[in-house]
Amino acid sequence: MPWLKKLVGVALILGVAGAAAGWLLSAPVKLDAATLAQLGPGDAARGKRIFYAGGCSSCHAKPGAQGDARLQLVGGLELKTPFGTFVPPNISQDPKDGIGAWSVADLANAMLKGVSPTGEHFYPAFPYGSYARMKPSDVADLYAFLKTLPAVSGKAPDNSLAFPFNIRRGIGLWKRLYLSDQPVIPLPDGTPEPVMAGRYLVEGPGHCGECHTPRDFAGGTRKGQWLAGAVAAEGGGVVPNITSGEGGIGNWSASDIANYLETGFTPDFDSAGGAMVDVQRNMAELTADDRAAIAAYLKAIPPHPNGYPARKKSTK
Amino acid sequence: MKKLVIAISMLALAASAAFADPIRDRQALMKERGKIVGGLSKVAKDEEPFDAAAVLTQLQALQANAEKFDIDALFPKGSESGDTTAAPKIWEDMAGFKAVEDKYLADVKAAVAAAPADADALKTQVGAIGSDCGTCHQGYRIKKG
Repeated sequence: MPWLKKLVGVALILGVAGAAAGWLLSAPVKLDAATLAQLGPGDAARGKRIFYAGGCSSCHAKPGAQGDARLQLVGGLELKTPFGTFVPPNISQDPKDGIGAWSVADLANAMLKGVSPTGEHFYPAFPYGSYARMKPSDVADLYAFLKTLPAVSGKAPDNSLAFPFNIRRGIGLWKRLYLSDQPVIPLPDGTPEPVMAGRYLVEGPGHCGECHTPRDFAGGTRKGQWLAGAVAAEGGGVVPNITSGEGGIGNWSASDIANYLETGFTPDFDSAGGAMVDVQRNMAELTADDRAAIAAYLKAIPPHPNGYPARKKSTK
Repeated sequence: MKKLVIAISMLALAASAAFADPIRDRQALMKERGKIVGGLSKVAKDEEPFDAAAVLTQLQALQANAEKFDIDALFPKGSESGDTTAAPKIWEDMAGFKAVEDKYLADVKAAVAAAPADADALKTQVGAIGSDCGTCHQGYRIKKG
């Protein structure tokens, strides 16, 4: 049966070609020289703002740490998701266990491209899908601030992920689908400055969309339901809709939103809960202008109904 | 026989009324708590005028509310399911849950004892209390749709 031999031959060639293409398409890509040139010298005082906007300590501080101990970025939190358990690493200044030996370009490649100094992909549980929208100079400022934080020894345990998510190289394909430095919500010329500033904080360093936007089967955020709320990636429950759509926060004024970010209290005096508690405590460290900008942006974005299924009311 | 059945069912009814509904009870206490803190917070933020006597009355109401919060009665086994946003962690870590509630009660008592004399002093007390709200809701509540 010579035709069968031929078919097998063609299939083999296609398979090898496909694998080669997949290998090429999934290659980690670092920043180009032009972007690296925009890093600049970095300023620790400005970097402190980026540190809190980015919420680094929410994942990288030791779980349960309070007060100044939250600046010891030793890692170790366990994020139990449907893909497996992600463990944020030590990003303290320890040169061996942390990132003390990293250059500013290393940090920029990690945050803007999701690529490690050794050229491996990071998992997007590290929210570089949002950080990719950050200005390189802000990353340089953050680098300068991180340098002022303590070195803490101790390696966090490795991730433990299910197949096929444990194949790091595959993330390269994910990046081709989802990684972009472009804004999510286009804003016309003449948009008020606070809305623009809020867009940067929310879509970039604040990475709000990582939890507040539903994801598709491959773990990419659904931009058509931006910030509409989502089933929580870990722990059960939901993350609220923060658009003005039905079920969202349309009845909150901009100052209600800013006040919530400052104090943790909703307009009807419920309080922030879950992962938002740490986020809110970080937001409280920002300036009133930054919080007002975030509020202005949230009031300006397209409204969506809840991005998670309605709760089944108990008959009990 | 008929009388016995009626007697038993009436007893059962009385018993269920006595146990009431712990989920509803704890939600009512939480609602009341939020309302009081909300009023105090407005004063602390200078959105409403500071009146020392009124503030103290509100703080005492907050303490009475906290003292009514009997965890054993309000969070019995079995009340983790139903129309509740209480996290299963409450029953996995009852000691930890009680510890954060104890700290909250201690902070409320401290605020009553301090009897804040101006909005700034109240702000410090409300800040500590608000931080307790967050700490408990961080681990022991699950947001549902």
